[in-house]
Amino acid sequence: MASKAAPRTAKKKPPKRTVTKPTRIAAKPAPAADKPEPAVAANAAPTAAKPAPTVTAVEMGARQRDISVSEFFTKNRHLLGFDNPRKALLTCVKEAVDNALDACEEAGILPDIVVRLDVAAQGETPPPASQATRFRITVTDNGPGIVRQQIPPIFAKLLYGSKFHRLRQSRGQQGIGISAAGMYGQLTTGKPVIIISRTSARAPAHYFEVQIDTKKNEPRILEKKQITWEAPRGTQVTLEVEGRYQKGRASVDEYVEQTIIANPHVKLTYVTPEGETKEFARPFEQLPASPREIKPHPYGIELGMLLKMLQDTKSHTLPGFLAGDFSRVSAAVAEEIVKTAGLSSRTRPRDVHGQAAENLYKAIQTTKIMAPPTNCLSPIGESAILSGLYQQIKGEFYTAVSRPPAVYRGNPFIIEAGLAYGRGPEAAEAGAAKKEIPLAEGESHDDDHELARVIRYANRVPLLYQPSACAITRAVLDTTWRNYGITQSRGALPAGPMVIVVHMASVWVPFTSESKEAIADYDEIHKEINLALRECGRRLGAFLRRRERAHSEFRRRNIFELYIEEVVASCNRLKGGRLPTAKLKDQLQKMAQKLTGGARTDELMGRNGGGPEGLPHSIIVTPDGVEGEVPPGVVAKA
Amino acid sequence: MATKTRRPSTVEKKLIGIADVVVDAAQRRRDPTLAIPVRALSNVTFNERRGLIEMGKRKQARSFFNVAMAKRFMQTVLVADALAELQRANLTTSLREIYYRTKHTIKNSHENTFDAQDESDPLIEDLEVTLAALREELHVRAENRGSVVGPLVLADDGDTVNCARLGKGGYSVPSIVEPEYVQIRRCTADFVLLVEKGTQWNRLSEDKFWRRYNCVLLTGNGQPPRGVRRLARRLHEEYELPVYVLVDNDPWGYYTYSVIKQGSINLAFESQRMAIPKAKFIGLSSADPESYGLPRNVGIKLNDKDIARARELLSYTWFSKKPWQEEIRRMLASGLKYELDALANKDFQYLTKRYLPRKLKEKDWLD
Repeated sequence: MASKAAPRTAKKKPPKRTVTKPTRIAAKPAPAADKPEPAVAANAAPTAAKPAPTVTAVEMGARQRDISVSEFFTKNRHLLGFDNPRKALLTCVKEAVDNALDACEEAGILPDIVVRLDVAAQGETPPPASQATRFRITVTDNGPGIVRQQIPPIFAKLLYGSKFHRLRQSRGQQGIGISAAGMYGQLTTGKPVIIISRTSARAPAHYFEVQIDTKKNEPRILEKKQITWEAPRGTQVTLEVEGRYQKGRASVDEYVEQTIIANPHVKLTYVTPEGETKEFARPFEQLPASPREIKPHPYGIELGMLLKMLQDTKSHTLPGFLAGDFSRVSAAVAEEIVKTAGLSSRTRPRDVHGQAAENLYKAIQTTKIMAPPTNCLSPIGESAILSGLYQQIKGEFYTAVSRPPAVYRGNPFIIEAGLAYGRGPEAAEAGAAKKEIPLAEGESHDDDHELARVIRYANRVPLLYQPSACAITRAVLDTTWRNYGITQSRGALPAGPMVIVVHMASVWVPFTSESKEAIADYDEIHKEINLALRECGRRLGAFLRRRERAHSEFRRRNIFELYIEEVVASCNRLKGGRLPTAKLKDQLQKMAQKLTGGARTDELMGRNGGGPEGLPHSIIVTPDGVEGEVPPGVVAKA
Repeated sequence: MATKTRRPSTVEKKLIGIADVVVDAAQRRRDPTLAIPVRALSNVTFNERRGLIEMGKRKQARSFFNVAMAKRFMQTVLVADALAELQRANLTTSLREIYYRTKHTIKNSHENTFDAQDESDPLIEDLEVTLAALREELHVRAENRGSVVGPLVLADDGDTVNCARLGKGGYSVPSIVEPEYVQIRRCTADFVLLVEKGTQWNRLSEDKFWRRYNCVLLTGNGQPPRGVRRLARRLHEEYELPVYVLVDNDPWGYYTYSVIKQGSINLAFESQRMAIPKAKFIGLSSADPESYGLPRNVGIKLNDKDIARARELLSYTWFSKKPWQEEIRRMLASGLKYELDALANKDFQYLTKRYLPRKLKEKDWLD
């Protein structure tokens, strides 16, 4: 390199002089220098076109400086889910509700949340909700409240929070969400985030108006005061943002509905921008078991992380560090790891660098260590999923499955799945009534080819965007639903009036992006989802097969009964109306009964009673009533 | 009053027989069953002596108390009922009208007796073969699809129809041309030319080919319907006219010719009334492109279906004669098919002025 560069710089000198500020240390040569010219051409160089002004390393160095997280996300707001006004509105509501629920649950309080969307008037009269571009979002909870000093950083500093540094299952995990929502509001409307919080009935309520200083990533307090607030305890956040309110898929309404399915312990009141108040009663009066915080599992750690932990530890010996800072590492296992790595038990963690650290890392991977503890997880639970589904979705068959805990990259997780099938007994009866209309040529009874709806959750939070990038959708697609009597075209979702719910609970959910829209497709996760779906599918298949068998048996006999009428009538006309029709009909009907077994059909149709059909964690709804595990107090959606 | 004095016709008696099957079976506590001759290649034989496709003796049972057959059984009885009604009223009707007549929603259900016409059509053919009654005897008409011009005088419903004086359009051949409906008064032609395609028939009719060569020009617009076949057969039988068939050069053209000559597989039982075993294949032959100098670029590449059909034809006994095997193999070897219309490539009137005159002069046809 050096030998080549030397003659080139020499050659370049004449043109350089024409440049305003020639510097010898120019690292980046002018574009002309890219082509080595033959020596003869050197003389011609001064007459060549004036090269573009160059930038020197010094100049460049002068421009190089820190980028604050807030600045980064101001420019890249799509990474946080603020790509378009409609999605931004949803993201803001979602972040506020997630925080409220996390706070309530951690404090052991049954959440009672009010979500209020108002059209923010920019002029005299506010436009209708569907036309409005500015909204005021107010989320109020009955949670533990926030101490005064913490309010500004929580709401106006990115990457500030309690959840990032610990391994515990929660909705939020990064400390970006709510402050990003506030920043978005500030960016689009210029309005601050308004917070009212009160920690107990004896404490005063604090009122804050905060903004984020995007350069420093620090909160700027515009107003703070003590006020009187009617609620004895809780927090209220108000954001004013640019957004669009539109119903349908991936809307705020859908988010609220899905949140209720996965969080039946929540009482939620939703006031839409159109002024409608939707009350969701709490069907399940039991707070989910509080998840515990765990230490990282050695299998889930990367080399860099290990190096950092070696430096940060308070332990004085290597085995002590391993046993103390990781979960599932006993003193014996720690000794074994150290021995495998060829290190001494007396080594101080701080002194492990380079090759030694790498050996230690390899030793961890090769040593057999127990799977991480799973009491850090708080699944929704089969009966809670059932009651959520039963309350929110009309159907004839419901079932729910919770898988035992599993591990990906050292992080424990649980997959749960639920399934609702059918249009509800009323719809089924209405459909039957509709079928009485004679059909014209080319018409058929089942003209709809509705596909199943997939509802995805990560730590009880519904995921509404990017379904195709998500491990859940992929697992639903590659489950062979045909085995369970459900039609499915190649590469498509299963067809039928069906809602599939999948929940992943984990201390760390691997999202594909910061906006938490899709779960990354790890093999272990995919496999667990598949197993849960298959179990749901098997139960659905059993239900459908039984229905179908009884139905076809009934149809078989029915066919003959129907056709006998036709055949007898035709024969009578052929014979000129002189046939003893009653006798002929009777003879044929007796034969039909003998050939198809009448009594058994009634039994199969469940007319003689029969239990909840031996399916675990399932609810079956028929026009006659409901069988199965309906939790007391749960009322089906009217 | 009139109904009491009227005696049921033979056909009506046969139809009533269907009802008797049901009644008798019910009395003896048996499953009512109809024995229907099988209408398929497996149940036809080629009678070489007579030059006809004949139906074999195999029959299929159609039982009522069988889930797979119950509906068809019920439908068969329904169609028999409708056909008997026609007999009593002495009316003729179309296949489609039979479908509408028998279609209704079954009492206490949402099920229709018939959902589409293609369910009722084969049942009529089933009854034809089961009762050994012809479609005309069942009073079912086919479409009026076919035209005739030429030195031929017919009597139809008391009207005299002179087919030499009907301009370019000719006389539309009714679907039933039995002597009791249509009588042939006079025919001075020397032969019958049956053209597959209406367009080529129009060409010949416009050019008055029939006057020059003294022939009857017939067309069926595709696979000729019963009326056309029956008329050709009557001219052949009653006036001893030779019949020449002019079709496209493709497997479907060959099969059209073979249906005219030996009868069809589906309705083999009617061959003896319809088939013209002495009919000759005048063209378009796979040898013609060469002998008449048709350029290769007016041919059409044989598709997979064409090739499969041609191979099937090769295996039919009635195509087993050596010239026919050569004819079909030559087409397969060339990989091309030719439409009659392709002759227009040489001249609009090439068919009238050159092709047919030369064919007739050279007696260049296949048997």
